[in-house]
Amino acid sequence: MSEGFKIDIVNPEKSFLSKENVSEVVVPAYEGEMGILKDHIPIISFLKPGIIKVISSSEEHNFYVEDGIVEFKDNTLSILTSSIFDIKNANKKHVSDEIQEAEKELNKDDLNDQKRFLLNHKVEILKSISIN
Amino acid sequence: MASLDDLKKRISSVKSTQKITKAMKMVAAAKLRRAQESAERGRPYSEKMNNIILNLSSGVSDKENAPKLLSGTGDDKVHLCVVLTADRGLCGGFNSNIIKKAKSYFQKISDTGKTLKIITVGSKGYDQLKRLYQDKIIENISFKESKNANYFDADKVGKIIIEKFENNEFDVCTIFYNQFKNVITQIPQEQQIIPLKTEEKDNKSSEENYEFEPDEDEILGNLLPKNISTQIFKAMLENSASEQGSRMSAMDNATRNAGEMVDKLTIEYNRSRQAAITKELIEIISGAESL
Repeated sequence: MSEGFKIDIVNPEKSFLSKENVSEVVVPAYEGEMGILKDHIPIISFLKPGIIKVISSSEEHNFYVEDGIVEFKDNTLSILTSSIFDIKNANKKHVSDEIQEAEKELNKDDLNDQKRFLLNHKVEILKSISIN
Repeated sequence: MASLDDLKKRISSVKSTQKITKAMKMVAAAKLRRAQESAERGRPYSEKMNNIILNLSSGVSDKENAPKLLSGTGDDKVHLCVVLTADRGLCGGFNSNIIKKAKSYFQKISDTGKTLKIITVGSKGYDQLKRLYQDKIIENISFKESKNANYFDADKVGKIIIEKFENNEFDVCTIFYNQFKNVITQIPQEQQIIPLKTEEKDNKSSEENYEFEPDEDEILGNLLPKNISTQIFKAMLENSASEQGSRMSAMDNATRNAGEMVDKLTIEYNRSRQAAITKELIEIISGAESL
Protein backbone atom coordinates (compact mmCIF):
# COMPACT_ATOMS: atom_id res chain seq x y z
CA MET A 1 0.00 0.00 0.00
CA SER A 2 1.45 3.27 -1.04
CA GLU A 3 1.75 6.17 1.32
CA GLY A 4 0.36 8.82 -0.95
CA PHE A 5 -2.50 9.47 -3.30
CA LYS A 6 -2.87 10.35 -6.93
CA ILE A 7 -3.19 13.80 -8.43
CA ASP A 8 -4.52 14.66 -11.87
CA ILE A 9 -4.39 18.19 -13.12
CA VAL A 10 -6.15 18.64 -16.44
CA ASN A 11 -6.77 21.68 -18.52
CA PRO A 12 -9.08 21.72 -21.52
CA GLU A 13 -6.31 21.17 -23.99
CA LYS A 14 -4.42 18.38 -22.33
CA SER A 15 -3.64 16.53 -19.17
CA PHE A 16 -1.30 18.91 -17.40
CA LEU A 17 0.07 16.73 -14.66
CA SER A 18 -0.57 13.23 -13.47
CA LYS A 19 1.36 11.99 -10.52
CA GLU A 20 1.11 9.06 -8.15
CA ASN A 21 2.29 8.93 -4.60
CA VAL A 22 1.76 12.50 -3.59
CA SER A 23 1.81 13.05 0.13
CA GLU A 24 0.13 16.42 0.39
CA VAL A 25 -1.47 18.98 -1.84
CA VAL A 26 -2.34 22.51 -0.81
CA VAL A 27 -4.94 24.19 -2.98
CA PRO A 28 -6.22 27.76 -2.84
CA ALA A 29 -9.85 26.81 -2.30
CA TYR A 30 -12.62 29.32 -2.47
CA GLU A 31 -12.91 29.73 1.26
CA GLY A 32 -9.25 29.62 2.08
CA GLU A 33 -6.23 27.45 1.55
CA MET A 34 -6.92 23.79 1.97
CA GLY A 35 -4.41 21.06 2.57
CA ILE A 36 -5.38 17.62 1.36
CA LEU A 37 -3.84 14.46 2.71
CA LYS A 38 -4.48 10.83 1.96
CA ASP A 39 -7.94 9.47 2.82
CA HIS A 40 -9.55 12.86 2.90
CA ILE A 41 -13.31 12.54 2.64
CA PRO A 42 -14.77 13.16 -0.83
CA ILE A 43 -14.93 16.87 -1.45
CA ILE A 44 -15.76 19.22 -4.27
CA SER A 45 -14.74 22.83 -4.21
CA PHE A 46 -13.57 25.52 -6.53
CA LEU A 47 -10.46 27.60 -6.65
CA LYS A 48 -9.55 31.22 -6.48
CA PRO A 49 -6.31 32.63 -7.88
CA GLY A 50 -3.42 31.20 -5.94
CA ILE A 51 -0.71 28.63 -5.74
CA ILE A 52 -1.14 24.89 -5.78
CA LYS A 53 1.55 23.12 -3.82
CA VAL A 54 2.12 19.49 -4.69
CA ILE A 55 4.30 17.80 -2.10
CA SER A 56 5.67 14.34 -2.49
CA SER A 57 8.37 12.62 -0.48
CA SER A 58 11.17 13.72 -2.74
CA GLU A 59 10.14 17.06 -4.10
CA GLU A 60 7.76 19.98 -4.06
CA HIS A 61 6.08 21.59 -7.05
CA ASN A 62 4.33 24.92 -7.20
CA PHE A 63 1.78 25.91 -9.78
CA TYR A 64 -0.14 29.08 -10.27
CA VAL A 65 -3.87 28.75 -11.03
CA GLU A 66 -6.46 31.34 -11.68
CA ASP A 67 -9.64 29.36 -11.32
CA GLY A 68 -10.77 25.79 -11.40
CA ILE A 69 -12.54 22.97 -9.67
CA VAL A 70 -11.09 20.41 -7.31
CA GLU A 71 -12.57 17.04 -6.64
CA PHE A 72 -11.19 14.50 -4.23
CA LYS A 73 -12.55 11.00 -4.31
CA ASP A 74 -11.14 7.50 -3.76
CA ASN A 75 -7.71 8.92 -3.07
CA THR A 76 -7.59 10.68 -6.39
CA LEU A 77 -7.42 14.43 -6.54
CA SER A 78 -8.66 15.91 -9.80
CA ILE A 79 -8.09 19.55 -10.53
CA LEU A 80 -9.81 21.04 -13.54
CA THR A 81 -8.50 24.39 -14.57
CA SER A 82 -8.24 26.46 -17.70
CA SER A 83 -5.35 28.57 -16.52
CA ILE A 84 -2.32 27.02 -14.92
CA PHE A 85 1.43 27.28 -15.21
CA ASP A 86 4.44 25.97 -13.43
CA ILE A 87 6.03 28.69 -11.36
CA LYS A 88 9.50 27.38 -12.02
CA ASN A 89 9.29 28.00 -15.76
CA ALA A 90 7.01 30.97 -15.49
CA ASN A 91 7.40 33.38 -18.32
CA LYS A 92 8.23 36.76 -16.76
CA LYS A 93 6.55 38.67 -19.52
CA HIS A 94 3.43 36.56 -19.33
CA VAL A 95 3.18 37.20 -15.60
CA SER A 96 3.62 40.95 -15.93
CA ASP A 97 1.05 40.99 -18.74
CA GLU A 98 -1.41 39.24 -16.48
CA ILE A 99 -0.76 41.75 -13.71
CA GLN A 100 -1.36 44.64 -16.06
CA GLU A 101 -4.55 43.08 -17.33
CA ALA A 102 -5.85 42.53 -13.83
CA GLU A 103 -4.96 46.05 -12.78
CA LYS A 104 -6.73 47.46 -15.78
CA GLU A 105 -9.76 45.43 -14.81
CA LEU A 106 -9.51 46.80 -11.28
CA ASN A 107 -9.81 50.34 -12.53
CA LYS A 108 -13.23 49.72 -13.96
CA ASP A 109 -16.07 51.19 -11.98
CA ASP A 110 -18.71 48.52 -12.28
CA LEU A 111 -16.96 45.92 -10.14
CA ASN A 112 -18.74 44.32 -7.25
CA ASP A 113 -16.87 43.69 -4.04
CA GLN A 114 -16.39 40.01 -4.62
CA LYS A 115 -14.81 40.56 -8.00
CA ARG A 116 -12.63 43.34 -6.67
CA PHE A 117 -11.44 41.09 -3.90
CA LEU A 118 -10.58 38.29 -6.30
CA LEU A 119 -8.71 40.63 -8.62
CA ASN A 120 -6.75 42.22 -5.82
CA HIS A 121 -5.85 38.79 -4.62
CA LYS A 122 -4.76 37.77 -8.07
CA VAL A 123 -2.49 40.78 -8.46
CA GLU A 124 -0.96 40.08 -5.08
CA ILE A 125 -0.18 36.47 -5.92
CA LEU A 126 1.17 37.29 -9.35
CA LYS A 127 3.41 39.98 -7.92
CA SER A 128 4.82 37.59 -5.40
CA ILE A 129 5.63 35.24 -8.25
CA SER A 130 7.34 37.84 -10.35
CA ILE A 131 9.58 38.88 -7.49
CA ASN A 132 10.93 35.40 -6.96
CA MET B 1 -12.45 14.94 -81.84
CA ALA B 2 -10.13 17.14 -79.89
CA SER B 3 -6.84 17.98 -81.50
CA LEU B 4 -3.56 16.65 -80.17
CA ASP B 5 -2.62 19.99 -78.73
CA ASP B 6 -5.88 20.31 -76.85
CA LEU B 7 -5.46 16.86 -75.36
CA LYS B 8 -1.94 17.66 -74.30
CA LYS B 9 -3.11 20.79 -72.55
CA ARG B 10 -5.89 18.98 -70.78
CA ILE B 11 -3.58 16.25 -69.58
CA SER B 12 -1.17 18.76 -68.12
CA SER B 13 -3.93 20.73 -66.45
CA VAL B 14 -5.44 17.61 -64.85
CA LYS B 15 -1.97 16.64 -63.71
CA SER B 16 -1.42 19.96 -61.98
CA THR B 17 -4.83 19.68 -60.32
CA GLN B 18 -3.81 16.27 -59.12
CA LYS B 19 -0.66 17.73 -57.65
CA ILE B 20 -2.71 20.23 -55.69
CA THR B 21 -5.18 17.70 -54.35
CA LYS B 22 -2.35 15.41 -53.41
CA ALA B 23 -0.64 18.16 -51.49
CA MET B 24 -3.89 19.05 -49.76
CA LYS B 25 -4.34 15.44 -48.77
CA MET B 26 -0.87 15.33 -47.27
CA VAL B 27 -1.46 18.53 -45.34
CA ALA B 28 -4.82 17.28 -44.10
CA ALA B 29 -3.26 14.01 -42.99
CA ALA B 30 -0.63 15.82 -40.97
CA LYS B 31 -3.19 18.17 -39.45
CA LEU B 32 -5.54 15.30 -38.76
CA ARG B 33 -3.00 13.61 -36.57
CA ARG B 34 -2.55 16.76 -34.55
CA ALA B 35 -6.28 17.43 -34.33
CA GLN B 36 -6.95 13.87 -33.27
CA GLU B 37 -4.31 14.07 -30.58
CA SER B 38 -5.69 17.25 -29.16
CA ALA B 39 -9.21 15.81 -29.27
CA GLU B 40 -7.98 12.87 -27.24
CA ARG B 41 -6.06 15.06 -24.84
CA GLY B 42 -9.13 17.20 -24.32
CA ARG B 43 -11.30 14.27 -23.39
CA PRO B 44 -10.29 13.80 -19.72
CA TYR B 45 -11.28 17.37 -18.92
CA SER B 46 -14.78 17.15 -20.30
CA GLU B 47 -15.26 13.69 -18.83
CA LYS B 48 -14.22 14.80 -15.38
CA MET B 49 -16.35 17.91 -15.67
CA ASN B 50 -19.30 15.76 -16.61
CA ASN B 51 -18.72 13.44 -13.69
CA ILE B 52 -18.56 16.24 -11.18
CA ILE B 53 -21.70 17.82 -12.52
CA LEU B 54 -23.45 14.47 -12.42
CA ASN B 55 -22.45 14.03 -8.81
CA LEU B 56 -23.49 17.54 -7.96
CA SER B 57 -26.82 17.55 -9.71
CA SER B 58 -27.85 14.32 -8.05
CA GLY B 59 -26.99 16.00 -4.76
CA VAL B 60 -29.24 18.96 -5.42
CA SER B 61 -32.23 18.26 -3.24
CA ASP B 62 -34.25 21.29 -4.06
CA LYS B 63 -35.12 20.97 -7.73
CA GLU B 64 -37.20 24.12 -7.72
CA ASN B 65 -34.37 26.38 -6.80
CA ALA B 66 -31.74 24.66 -8.89
CA PRO B 67 -29.74 26.92 -11.19
CA LYS B 68 -31.60 27.73 -14.37
CA LEU B 69 -28.79 26.46 -16.55
CA LEU B 70 -29.48 23.01 -15.15
CA SER B 71 -33.23 22.95 -14.85
CA GLY B 72 -34.16 25.25 -17.70
CA THR B 73 -36.48 28.21 -17.65
CA GLY B 74 -39.49 25.96 -17.47
CA ASP B 75 -40.41 26.93 -20.98
CA ASP B 76 -39.38 25.78 -24.40
CA LYS B 77 -40.67 28.47 -26.67
CA VAL B 78 -37.44 29.92 -27.99
CA HIS B 79 -34.76 27.60 -29.30
CA LEU B 80 -31.22 28.71 -29.84
CA CYS B 81 -29.18 26.60 -32.22
CA VAL B 82 -25.43 26.89 -32.39
CA VAL B 83 -24.14 25.47 -35.64
CA LEU B 84 -20.43 24.73 -35.63
CA THR B 85 -18.84 24.37 -39.04
CA ALA B 86 -15.46 24.86 -40.67
CA ASP B 87 -14.06 28.07 -42.07
CA ARG B 88 -12.83 26.38 -45.21
CA GLY B 89 -14.40 24.33 -47.91
CA LEU B 90 -13.03 21.46 -50.01
CA CYS B 91 -13.67 18.91 -47.32
CA GLY B 92 -16.27 16.63 -48.83
CA GLY B 93 -19.61 16.48 -47.14
CA PHE B 94 -18.35 17.81 -43.85
CA ASN B 95 -20.11 21.16 -43.77
CA SER B 96 -23.22 20.12 -45.65
CA ASN B 97 -23.78 17.17 -43.31
CA ILE B 98 -23.97 19.45 -40.30
CA ILE B 99 -26.17 21.88 -42.19
CA LYS B 100 -28.49 19.11 -43.27
CA LYS B 101 -28.85 17.89 -39.72
CA ALA B 102 -29.42 21.41 -38.46
CA LYS B 103 -31.96 22.20 -41.16
CA SER B 104 -34.11 19.20 -40.32
CA TYR B 105 -34.06 20.33 -36.69
CA PHE B 106 -34.98 23.87 -37.71
CA GLN B 107 -37.88 22.48 -39.70
CA LYS B 108 -39.12 20.62 -36.65
CA ILE B 109 -38.90 23.76 -34.54
CA SER B 110 -40.78 25.97 -36.95
CA ASP B 111 -43.38 23.25 -37.58
CA THR B 112 -44.28 23.21 -33.90
CA GLY B 113 -44.62 26.97 -33.87
CA LYS B 114 -41.62 27.73 -31.72
CA THR B 115 -39.23 30.59 -32.25
CA LEU B 116 -35.86 29.83 -33.72
CA LYS B 117 -32.61 31.69 -33.23
CA ILE B 118 -29.33 30.68 -34.81
CA ILE B 119 -25.70 31.34 -34.00
CA THR B 120 -23.23 30.14 -36.59
CA VAL B 121 -19.64 29.42 -35.70
CA GLY B 122 -17.46 29.13 -38.76
CA SER B 123 -17.99 31.00 -42.00
CA LYS B 124 -19.08 28.04 -44.13
CA GLY B 125 -22.15 27.43 -42.02
CA TYR B 126 -23.09 31.08 -42.25
CA ASP B 127 -22.70 31.06 -46.02
CA GLN B 128 -24.98 28.08 -46.40
CA LEU B 129 -27.63 29.16 -43.92
CA LYS B 130 -27.91 32.84 -44.69
CA ARG B 131 -29.99 32.28 -47.80
CA LEU B 132 -32.82 30.50 -46.02
CA TYR B 133 -32.51 31.74 -42.46
CA GLN B 134 -31.05 35.22 -42.77
CA ASP B 135 -33.57 36.76 -40.36
CA LYS B 136 -33.02 34.00 -37.77
CA ILE B 137 -29.25 34.27 -37.52
CA ILE B 138 -28.48 36.49 -34.58
CA GLU B 139 -24.75 36.07 -34.46
CA ASN B 140 -22.01 34.88 -36.75
CA ILE B 141 -18.72 34.00 -35.15
CA SER B 142 -15.64 32.97 -37.04
CA PHE B 143 -12.20 32.04 -35.84
CA LYS B 144 -10.33 32.29 -39.10
CA GLU B 145 -7.23 33.67 -37.43
CA SER B 146 -6.81 30.84 -34.93
CA LYS B 147 -4.89 27.96 -36.32
CA ASN B 148 -6.20 25.27 -34.03
CA ALA B 149 -9.27 24.96 -31.92
CA ASN B 150 -8.39 26.47 -28.58
CA TYR B 151 -10.19 26.90 -25.31
CA PHE B 152 -10.01 30.66 -25.44
CA ASP B 153 -12.22 30.75 -28.53
CA ALA B 154 -14.64 28.22 -27.08
CA ASP B 155 -14.90 30.30 -23.94
CA LYS B 156 -15.84 33.33 -26.03
CA VAL B 157 -18.71 31.43 -27.64
CA GLY B 158 -19.75 30.06 -24.25
CA LYS B 159 -19.85 33.52 -22.74
CA ILE B 160 -22.02 34.83 -25.56
CA ILE B 161 -24.46 31.98 -25.05
CA ILE B 162 -24.62 32.48 -21.30
CA GLU B 163 -25.09 36.21 -21.66
CA LYS B 164 -28.01 35.64 -23.98
CA PHE B 165 -29.46 33.08 -21.62
CA GLU B 166 -29.26 35.45 -18.70
CA ASN B 167 -31.07 38.07 -20.75
CA ASN B 168 -33.84 35.52 -21.28
CA GLU B 169 -33.33 35.48 -25.01
CA PHE B 170 -33.92 31.76 -25.32
CA ASP B 171 -35.07 28.71 -23.37
CA VAL B 172 -33.32 25.77 -24.97
CA CYS B 173 -29.88 25.66 -26.53
CA THR B 174 -28.68 22.97 -28.90
CA ILE B 175 -25.31 22.67 -30.58
CA PHE B 176 -24.59 20.98 -33.89
CA TYR B 177 -21.23 19.53 -34.80
CA ASN B 178 -19.60 16.52 -36.39
CA GLN B 179 -18.37 13.79 -34.16
CA PHE B 180 -15.16 12.20 -35.30
CA LYS B 181 -15.43 8.45 -35.57
CA ASN B 182 -12.72 7.67 -38.06
CA VAL B 183 -11.23 9.14 -41.19
CA ILE B 184 -14.11 8.16 -43.42
CA THR B 185 -16.97 8.41 -40.94
CA GLN B 186 -18.06 11.55 -39.17
CA ILE B 187 -21.41 11.59 -37.48
CA PRO B 188 -23.34 14.85 -37.36
CA GLN B 189 -24.54 15.39 -33.82
CA GLU B 190 -27.11 17.49 -32.10
CA GLN B 191 -26.57 18.03 -28.42
CA GLN B 192 -28.70 19.97 -26.02
CA ILE B 193 -26.60 21.96 -23.57
CA ILE B 194 -29.20 24.19 -21.90
CA PRO B 195 -30.99 22.90 -19.92
CA LEU B 196 -28.35 20.31 -19.30
CA LYS B 197 -29.37 16.76 -19.99
CA THR B 198 -27.82 14.51 -17.42
CA GLU B 199 -28.02 10.87 -18.24
CA GLU B 200 -28.37 8.90 -15.06
CA LYS B 201 -25.67 6.36 -15.49
CA ASP B 202 -25.72 4.21 -12.41
CA ASN B 203 -26.64 5.18 -8.94
CA LYS B 204 -23.29 4.24 -7.56
CA SER B 205 -21.79 7.67 -8.04
CA SER B 206 -24.70 9.53 -6.57
CA GLU B 207 -24.50 7.61 -3.34
CA GLU B 208 -21.10 9.04 -2.72
CA ASN B 209 -21.31 11.56 0.06
CA TYR B 210 -19.39 14.62 -0.87
CA GLU B 211 -18.41 17.50 1.25
CA PHE B 212 -19.07 20.74 -0.54
CA GLU B 213 -17.27 23.97 0.02
CA PRO B 214 -19.14 26.31 -0.39
CA ASP B 215 -22.57 24.71 -0.82
CA GLU B 216 -23.83 22.76 -3.83
CA ASP B 217 -25.80 25.57 -5.37
CA GLU B 218 -22.91 27.93 -5.41
CA ILE B 219 -20.56 25.37 -6.90
CA LEU B 220 -23.12 24.45 -9.51
CA GLY B 221 -23.67 28.07 -10.34
CA ASN B 222 -19.96 28.47 -10.89
CA LEU B 223 -19.49 25.20 -12.69
CA LEU B 224 -22.35 25.18 -15.17
CA PRO B 225 -21.19 28.16 -17.22
CA LYS B 226 -17.77 26.55 -17.41
CA ASN B 227 -19.39 23.37 -18.58
CA ILE B 228 -21.01 25.20 -21.48
CA SER B 229 -17.61 26.39 -22.66
CA THR B 230 -16.20 22.93 -22.14
CA GLN B 231 -18.93 21.32 -24.21
CA ILE B 232 -18.38 23.82 -26.97
CA PHE B 233 -14.66 23.27 -26.83
CA LYS B 234 -15.24 19.53 -27.08
CA ALA B 235 -17.46 20.08 -30.10
CA MET B 236 -14.82 22.30 -31.67
CA LEU B 237 -12.13 19.70 -31.15
CA GLU B 238 -14.28 16.94 -32.61
CA ASN B 239 -15.14 19.24 -35.46
CA SER B 240 -11.57 20.08 -36.33
CA ALA B 241 -10.59 16.41 -36.32
CA SER B 242 -13.62 15.62 -38.46
CA GLU B 243 -12.86 18.44 -40.86
CA GLN B 244 -9.34 17.23 -41.48
CA GLY B 245 -10.47 13.62 -41.79
CA SER B 246 -13.19 14.56 -44.20
CA ARG B 247 -10.84 16.70 -46.24
CA MET B 248 -8.27 13.97 -46.33
CA SER B 249 -10.65 11.38 -47.73
CA ALA B 250 -12.18 13.88 -50.15
CA MET B 251 -8.76 14.86 -51.45
CA ASP B 252 -7.72 11.23 -51.65
CA ASN B 253 -10.73 10.58 -53.88
CA ALA B 254 -9.98 13.62 -55.97
CA THR B 255 -6.40 12.53 -56.46
CA ARG B 256 -7.50 9.09 -57.52
CA ASN B 257 -10.10 10.46 -59.93
CA ALA B 258 -7.54 12.78 -61.43
CA GLY B 259 -5.21 9.83 -61.91
CA GLU B 260 -7.91 7.89 -63.73
CA MET B 261 -8.64 10.87 -65.90
CA VAL B 262 -4.99 11.29 -66.81
CA ASP B 263 -4.83 7.63 -67.80
CA LYS B 264 -7.90 7.92 -69.97
CA LEU B 265 -6.71 11.09 -71.61
CA THR B 266 -3.27 9.63 -72.24
CA ILE B 267 -4.79 6.65 -74.02
CA GLU B 268 -6.91 8.96 -76.11
CA TYR B 269 -3.90 11.10 -76.87
CA ASN B 270 -1.81 8.12 -77.98
CA ARG B 271 -4.63 6.77 -80.11
CA SER B 272 -5.13 10.01 -81.94
CA ARG B 273 -1.40 10.45 -82.38
CA GLN B 274 -1.22 6.97 -83.92
CA ALA B 275 -4.25 7.71 -86.08
CA ALA B 276 -2.60 10.85 -87.35
CA ILE B 277 0.58 8.95 -88.24
CA THR B 278 -1.38 6.22 -89.99
CA LYS B 279 -3.31 8.79 -91.92
CA GLU B 280 -0.14 10.46 -93.05
CA LEU B 281 1.38 7.13 -94.11
CA ILE B 282 -1.70 6.22 -96.12
CA GLU B 283 -1.54 9.56 -97.81
CA ILE B 284 2.11 9.10 -98.75
CA ILE B 285 1.60 5.52 -99.95
CA SER B 286 -1.46 6.34 -102.03
CA GLY B 287 0.38 9.35 -103.41
CA ALA B 288 3.34 7.15 -104.40
CA GLU B 289 1.05 4.60 -105.98
CA SER B 290 -0.62 7.10 -108.20
CA LEU B 291 2.66 8.15 -109.74
